[in-house]
Amino acid sequence: MRLIHLTVAQLRDALAAGHVSARDVTQACLDEIRRVEASIGAYLAVDEAGALAQAAESDGRRAAGRARSPLDGVPIALKDNLCTRGQATTCSSRMLAQFVPPYDATVVQKLRAAGLVLLGKTNLDEFAMGGSTENAALGTTRNPWDLRRVPGGSSGGSAAAVAARTVPGAIGSDTGGSIRQPAAYCGIVGLKPTYGRVSRYGLIAFASSLDQVGPMTRTAEDAALLLELIAGPDPRDATCALRPVPAYSQTLDQDLAGLRLGVVREHFEAGLDDAVRQAVQSALEVFRSLGATIHDVSLPHSRYGIATYYLIASCEASSNLARYDGVHFGYRTDESALLRALAEERGSAAAPDEVDTPLVRLYRQSRSEALGAEVQRRIMLGTYALSAGYYEAYYLQALRVRRLIRSDFDRAFGEVDLLLGPTTPSPAFCAGEKLADPLSMYLEDLYTVTANLAGIAGLALPCGFTRGGLPVGLQLLAPPFEEARLLAAGHRYQQRTDWHTHVPELP
Amino acid sequence: MSAAAFTTVIGLEVHVQLKTRTKLFCRCSTQFGAPPNTQTCEVCLGLPGSLPVMNRRAVELALRAAVALHCDIPTLTKWDRKNYYYPDLPKGYQISQYDLPLSRDGYLDLPDPQGAGTPRRVRILRAHLEEDAGKSMHDEVAGHADSRIDLNRAGTPLLEIVTQPDLRSPTEARFFLNELKLLLSYLDVSDCNMQEGSLRVDANVNLHLDTPRGRVATPIVEIKNMNSFRAVERALAYEAQRQGDEWRTTGRTLGEVPKQTRGWDDQAQVTRGQRHKEESSDYRYFPEPDLVPVTVRPEEVAAVRAALTALPATRRAQLVAHHGLDPYDADVLVNQGPALVDYFEQTVACGADARRASNWLQQDVLRTLNERGLTIQQLPVPAAGLAELLRSVAAGELETTRARQVFQRMVETGATVAAARQALGIVQVASEDLLELCRTLLAEHPHIVRDVRGGKTQALGALIGKARQRNPNVDPARVKAICSELIAAADTP
Repeated sequence: MRLIHLTVAQLRDALAAGHVSARDVTQACLDEIRRVEASIGAYLAVDEAGALAQAAESDGRRAAGRARSPLDGVPIALKDNLCTRGQATTCSSRMLAQFVPPYDATVVQKLRAAGLVLLGKTNLDEFAMGGSTENAALGTTRNPWDLRRVPGGSSGGSAAAVAARTVPGAIGSDTGGSIRQPAAYCGIVGLKPTYGRVSRYGLIAFASSLDQVGPMTRTAEDAALLLELIAGPDPRDATCALRPVPAYSQTLDQDLAGLRLGVVREHFEAGLDDAVRQAVQSALEVFRSLGATIHDVSLPHSRYGIATYYLIASCEASSNLARYDGVHFGYRTDESALLRALAEERGSAAAPDEVDTPLVRLYRQSRSEALGAEVQRRIMLGTYALSAGYYEAYYLQALRVRRLIRSDFDRAFGEVDLLLGPTTPSPAFCAGEKLADPLSMYLEDLYTVTANLAGIAGLALPCGFTRGGLPVGLQLLAPPFEEARLLAAGHRYQQRTDWHTHVPELP
Repeated sequence: MSAAAFTTVIGLEVHVQLKTRTKLFCRCSTQFGAPPNTQTCEVCLGLPGSLPVMNRRAVELALRAAVALHCDIPTLTKWDRKNYYYPDLPKGYQISQYDLPLSRDGYLDLPDPQGAGTPRRVRILRAHLEEDAGKSMHDEVAGHADSRIDLNRAGTPLLEIVTQPDLRSPTEARFFLNELKLLLSYLDVSDCNMQEGSLRVDANVNLHLDTPRGRVATPIVEIKNMNSFRAVERALAYEAQRQGDEWRTTGRTLGEVPKQTRGWDDQAQVTRGQRHKEESSDYRYFPEPDLVPVTVRPEEVAAVRAALTALPATRRAQLVAHHGLDPYDADVLVNQGPALVDYFEQTVACGADARRASNWLQQDVLRTLNERGLTIQQLPVPAAGLAELLRSVAAGELETTRARQVFQRMVETGATVAAARQALGIVQVASEDLLELCRTLLAEHPHIVRDVRGGKTQALGALIGKARQRNPNVDPARVKAICSELIAAADTP
């Protein structure tokens, strides 16, 4: 078997046994990147020299019997909204194209401390806003299963990188489905942990109360291995839970007999693609055969999920992105051109006044030039919704609905252990197909956003293919901090199925 | 403004920097005076991906102040974002508190400046925590409007104390600020240094006028940029005058024009309308999602209350009631801070007379501290030493001039009373020696004796001078008394 086809768990064993070296594995990934990257475009930056040096150090440690963790030497890719010290972290935005953080995100720190080889930074929708990675300003990413199609988003680069076998695992972030949706589109596993399970320190914020960092891999077992590494309390993130991290990879072989599986009624209503429906139905049968009992469950407020999500996320984003003002860091408009324009306008109606000051002009031009259309749309939405007179009707109302959505889940989890449904209504769409219609793009988040609003854990797993050969994703949802249950169910399912072993054929 | 009787209505917003070692949401130092932008990190610079973590110490200090201001402390308080753009605000929002402040509905009593009567009660609307912004330095040399930003101060913890519009004159506003500053220094929660920016005041002011058509109010003006309590007083006085004039010209009343912000120009001694119309901004407050709400347990508040040391008002009352000082003297001592009051009480406890100790502290001790730039804790004379010195004065062993010399010696060398006296050669003159000296002097100066007998008692002064020449340790009062007695005795047949 070629090295690039090994999972994280298999690499762990091969490295431990001395059958492979970290250098060989890293080189294999780099070779595959060189081979397929031109058509996929998953990465914004590949740190070839750095990765090989890290791999060599890892081999040295292992030879000396001082491996930092079982995963020491395993390559990994990072979504480019996770800060890496001394390495550009761009959020795929012109605004941060030159931004080099002076610090590592906590997750990055933990990965380094465990000896993983940081291979490169992956593409995303600008500031993680989008569901196709088409809003990326610094690169174009395509779906390895069909190069005409999008990989999903916003963690589209991470998903495509893992699906294309250029890296065994990647880290993504999920605000409304940004790990799970691209995982579904690309036929891989994506885990959105419970809010507070993984530190957000160094994750460039989109919507602080919804953002969560998580692993993207080919198997649930690999997701468990990576979650073990990156989860846990962080004194630098006040919203990170003070809970110990269970050994997720040690509890994967739980018997599913008696597992109560809830089928979310609202996730099978109009708008669901037939192929997706069929694939999810067959997955249900697999779980039944594994001993799970199936129950009908309703989440009555889930239909308000999209509206609620886009209000709360946009409100927080409008504030989180205010710092990109061209003053302290990031892009600044051409100052001499601005000064020339101001000089020319002197005396005219366009000249600056008390409201439209030269400073305001600097802000406006810098932001207009360096932030993409989708980001600007959400900043405007959020600014509007937080404005005096609208706050109660929009933001506060959204918070109320958020609580109702959460109590829907509380009620559901009083009756069942896990919820099951499709990850997305349809498989990956064609590039450009939804660009002119943001609302239809937003609807791809229909089944995923409620988990972020409720703060619960969600797992996307490959569960089949359409007739056209596009992957279909199953979504399992668990109560807060029940990742162990979620991963075990995913693992048992993957032991029984082989969807995750399919490999896209790349030229 | 003879046309109408008017009342000046003033409310204050006071920002005090809390005395924490580190900033409110990161571990950067709050030390004043470091080179620009050296006390910064990714958090207070607002770098992408950074997150705030609350400094618990700041909450403790804020609680202490809120309890001392008799505020209600809710069990739950939270953080909010106040969104606005300014170059010294790196995140584009300030983390502050909006609808659930740490404390609300308190008061501060101002002592009657005449030292009698009932105190003036100024109600506190709220006191909440927030982070400071950085400092902008505008260097507007012709053609080159360069601005520089120092973010050392960004993220420093501030307690914003907002009063109700209860103050009725510029002077009363100054009294309030003095009393507040005194309270906060007794609490040890802030340095309250206006020069270093650790205390800043904005004032809202308007006039209520009685006119033939009834009572009207002038538009409220917020005054900023005042750098001393005196400046606050002057700016308010100027503004009251200006508003009266404007009202007589325009007749415009509250509600007809938006709230205006004016800056105090200390050199020109005027307020000027500010270009930035703060009132037009909408801060789009919403709960800060990066921080969790803060729970303040009632036991915590009780513990803070129990740990409060005696506050200025209490100590004034104690000085009057326990030590018989008059209110004026009590006020002077208390205004010097808790350490000086402690020193006073120790001095009295060591047997010094309270009034004498009070006088000495207000004169000799304070002068010495000022001249030498010392705090009372640094004074080389312990309270027991001063008490011993004052006891000698009371016992007539030392006259005041000599006692001052002894005190100075003690300050300079750290010597005890006895050592200082010895070094200065000050020994008490024995009664028989003094009597002998007086007899000798009278015998040597019969003309003085004659003058005294002739009714010119002031002639005795010359004798006192001569006595001190022979022996500097003699007590002039006793020399005078003994000589008078001897002359009178000789008269008696």
